[in-house]
Amino acid sequence: MFSRKVFASALRPAWSTVPLRVTRPTPAPFQIPSALYARFLSSETRAAIDKAVASAPVVLFMKGTPETPQCGFSRASIQILGLQGVDPKKFVAFNVLEDPELRQGIKEYSDWPTIPQLYIDKEFVGGCDILMSMHQNGELAKLLEDKNVVVAADQ
Amino acid sequence: MADATSGVTADLLRMKLIEQLQAQYVEIEDLSGGCGQAFQAVIVSPQFESKTMLARHRLVNSVLKTEIAAIHAWTPKCYTPEQWQKAQGSA
Repeated sequence: MFSRKVFASALRPAWSTVPLRVTRPTPAPFQIPSALYARFLSSETRAAIDKAVASAPVVLFMKGTPETPQCGFSRASIQILGLQGVDPKKFVAFNVLEDPELRQGIKEYSDWPTIPQLYIDKEFVGGCDILMSMHQNGELAKLLEDKNVVVAADQ
Repeated sequence: MADATSGVTADLLRMKLIEQLQAQYVEIEDLSGGCGQAFQAVIVSPQFESKTMLARHRLVNSVLKTEIAAIHAWTPKCYTPEQWQKAQGSA
């Protein structure tokens, strides 16, 4: 099956402060026709994404890494999470550009057509626009505080 | 992966939104510089009434599923008629 590798590469957390959570060797990437995996989400892929979503309280699926985002929307999302003071120890980013299965699979998994995608406590919050408006209207600060994922202010 | 041009146009997006969401006002800006891969939209529809931001975006995304799949960047801003009027008033 094509999804045996379960995003080993993508499961490498992108922030260096976060310990490596999954150290499965990555087999050579498998090329399958995009039309094939665009149509269905295999149970292996779903299980891998389940795991990714649960890997930290705050999970961002993005293009590129937090240090080097490969898309303006991913960059904006990282900046917002930074401004909000999200604790790096409670945050993991997955680079969808490293894994075509993840890139396609996450869209179906969340029923959301674009990347980046933010999950908090395994719950889909939204993409960049939603993040931006929640940042502006204060909802994001409240949500992050409620979930206890921000760095304490008195440090 | 995608062709040089996506085949998606602002007019096509506008038409679908008006038709399927009874949008009262649609403003679509093509930010792609010609390739048709990046759009920003203001959408005013009574169907957004009492829906969260996420639910509004999902509604829009469901109407434009194939189009969004073909483009790189899609930035919708969803207002109810009432919210839109307020936003206009304060601008």
